[in-house]
Amino acid sequence: MVRYVLQKLLFMLISIFVLASATFFLMKAIPGNPFQSEKNVPPAIQERLNEQYGLNDPLGVQYLHYMNNLLHFDLGLSMKQQYTSVVDVIKNGFIYSLQLGIFAIILAIAAGIVLGLIAALNHRKFLDAFTIFIAVLGVSIPNFVVAAGLQYIFGVKLGWLSVAGLNDPTDFILPVVALSFLPAAFIARLTRSSMLEVLTADYIKTARAKGLSGRIILIRHALRNAILPVVTYVGPMTANIITGSVIIEQIFGIGGLGKSFVNSITNRDYTLIMGVTLFYAVILMLARFLTDIAYGLVDPRIKLSRKGG
Amino acid sequence: MLKKNKHGFKLVSLLLVLAIIAVGCTPKNETGNSGNGGSDAAGKKEFRMNLSEQPPTLDPAQVQDQVSATVLNGIYEGLLRKDEKGNDVAGIAKDWKISDDGLTYTFNLRDDAKWSNGDPVTANDFVYAWKRVLDPDLKPAAAAYAYQLYYIKNAEKYNTGADGVTADDVAVKAVDEHTLEVTLNSPTPYFLSLMSFTTYFPVHQSVKDNEAWATDAKTIITNGSFKMTEWKKNTSITLVPNENYYAKDDVKLSKVFFTMVNDSGTELSMYQTDKLDYAGMPTGLIPTEQFETLKKSNPDEFKVKGTASIYYYMFNIKQEPFNNQKIRQALSMAISRQDITDKIALGGEKPAFGFVPPGIKGEKEDFRAEVSDAYFTEDIEAAKKLLAEGLQELGLSKMPTVKLAYNTNDKHQKIAEAIAAMWKTNLGVDTSIENQEWGVFIDNRNRLNYEVARGGNGADYNDPMTFIDLYTSKSGNNNTGFASKEYDDMVKKAYATDNQKERMQAMARAEQILIESRAVAPLFYYSSVYMIKPGYEGIFMDYKGDIDYNRGSYVGK
Repeated sequence: MVRYVLQKLLFMLISIFVLASATFFLMKAIPGNPFQSEKNVPPAIQERLNEQYGLNDPLGVQYLHYMNNLLHFDLGLSMKQQYTSVVDVIKNGFIYSLQLGIFAIILAIAAGIVLGLIAALNHRKFLDAFTIFIAVLGVSIPNFVVAAGLQYIFGVKLGWLSVAGLNDPTDFILPVVALSFLPAAFIARLTRSSMLEVLTADYIKTARAKGLSGRIILIRHALRNAILPVVTYVGPMTANIITGSVIIEQIFGIGGLGKSFVNSITNRDYTLIMGVTLFYAVILMLARFLTDIAYGLVDPRIKLSRKGG
Repeated sequence: MLKKNKHGFKLVSLLLVLAIIAVGCTPKNETGNSGNGGSDAAGKKEFRMNLSEQPPTLDPAQVQDQVSATVLNGIYEGLLRKDEKGNDVAGIAKDWKISDDGLTYTFNLRDDAKWSNGDPVTANDFVYAWKRVLDPDLKPAAAAYAYQLYYIKNAEKYNTGADGVTADDVAVKAVDEHTLEVTLNSPTPYFLSLMSFTTYFPVHQSVKDNEAWATDAKTIITNGSFKMTEWKKNTSITLVPNENYYAKDDVKLSKVFFTMVNDSGTELSMYQTDKLDYAGMPTGLIPTEQFETLKKSNPDEFKVKGTASIYYYMFNIKQEPFNNQKIRQALSMAISRQDITDKIALGGEKPAFGFVPPGIKGEKEDFRAEVSDAYFTEDIEAAKKLLAEGLQELGLSKMPTVKLAYNTNDKHQKIAEAIAAMWKTNLGVDTSIENQEWGVFIDNRNRLNYEVARGGNGADYNDPMTFIDLYTSKSGNNNTGFASKEYDDMVKKAYATDNQKERMQAMARAEQILIESRAVAPLFYYSSVYMIKPGYEGIFMDYKGDIDYNRGSYVGK
């Protein structure tokens, strides 16, 4: 287990190094600079700015300089949001993405499993067909359509909730629902199919024969096994939700990290592009890593490495 | 369909219940600055508008964008202010004197001007602020807009480090606490109008001890009608009246609340559900496709105002076949500008045949009213003839496919498509339109790596020069290859005199040379569309489209 963790961590470090290098050179390869606008500043001032930000140095020198700072966990100052460190930009934006993400994950798991269970227990009945219909809709409708629809119905038409912002706890409802729609539908389908499989397994029949009550069988024996595929999905889903809420955030006017990321590229805010890319990479890697671990914990049949475990 | 919806609701309501549970289970760390409107007991009202995004900076030295300027104009005040008619009126300076040669300005500051922390605003604060803008070693970055101060004697030299000029040589000095004296390089009739521009705002001298002072509501010390009480990053900014402001009785709004919602549809919904009192330009946007509906549904709230900006196409005249004037002329004449403004832009834009937009002051009244822009007319037959002649002069049998570049934007794209279609129908010329990412686009334009490209310019100050000096042969903004000695001479002449009549004549002649060279094809003069809730007074958009809410009030419906 320890060996496995160490191995994974080493791979993560190597990946980050490769990613940082690739991003750095790709980003520098795009034409443009952080100080451009429709009206150009005089060349002397432009030159001065390039010098102050070290953009006149040879690319190799800039790269080594950045990598050296990275080793010291120094992501530098944003070039566009003045006097603001990249870490602060990430903090200011990520707090919203994270809050939304956590609620959306909880909602997706809860709603997904409940719906999946309802469908499985009503196999081939109306509720099953209905739930699956909803799940297919959920998987196929893009979340920005869901978001705009919710905003229009509950915000504009009914006026129950505000159309944008995160000023009030109820403001979370619409973006969270929009964000969790797809994963909830997906989890419902996963739960349903694995539940159906498990319910016909021998050990369930055994449990029934022993005379255990339906509820105990369902929760202690069936669900616990049926949940395995869901656990596999939760890792990537978490990463996706937390890093991919940019459109939902835009529609609901929430200043999450996604917006800063997109803007940083348009602005050629080099330090911010690097910082956010690396930050997202670390999140994605950690999510996968934790999924592997969680998988091992839920299912003792899975060994994390040949030795140990 | 109906049935489906009904089931959809069931699910949605179930999910909603779960969401409420999920939200309720977590600690509420949002203190909730209510974005909700409402009047307080005194009948004062807050004013809520959308900035779309986080201001990149609130340091007057660094501000270059409209979002930052919109906030800055409320919390700072320069030597002068602008009134609703666009006149320069007393601000921190109560009066001023201009020497006979038009070179030396002496400003007398009011005694009761104070910073938001109670310190007096003195002439030294202006000296400090202006020299700070010009400081080439300003940390962490030199001020990009330092050139807005180049009118001041020795300012450019200090800023660029030429001739060993130091800060002490810059010709701005505090004669005493309340007297500021400035000497210029050449008479600049519009210098007074620059005194209300953000780069000329004073800053509190304590800023030298804290590089990050302008990033936090707690550390920003300002001298305007409002002060900032809260800046929730990426979310909102709250301004309240500054109790130390010298004219605090004229400040009627109880609060100014800025949101940062970057979606035009959402912004409109917020306006319609009374979460905003103002929507649209300059810092927000109303979806173009909603214009017609809104004009009918809210005729009293829907406003259109010309904003002294020009939308045009530029030609790379170093590149064959655009090196031929007749070909450029033909392309420009074969565009129906009225169709572009009426069917595509839709925001009240006006067809343009000149380069200086309406709204810019001329000798006595509007420059555009004094100098007609009828430099050419649209004429398809004449255009065909010119195209044929041009091609013959170049020895070409057929016009090669034109490459038309614009930066990624829905409106730019529609306009480019329409113009490509006009060139095809009217002249039989094929066009490939190229959508380029902003940075790539600017870079290509700067390096003359294009054939035809979109251009747009707004005013920095209220004088035709702000447009005219873009196209001198040495200008860093002349991305066409256009160079005319007579043009340069006219600009020089206009710079050298303070005789408004002569200046305007010189600039009118320059404009004529530019348009007749066909290096640029003007398309339309911009306008801004915005909506404001009934009952507000004194909130207005100035000549260049900036919003002024300093003396606004809510008088009820």
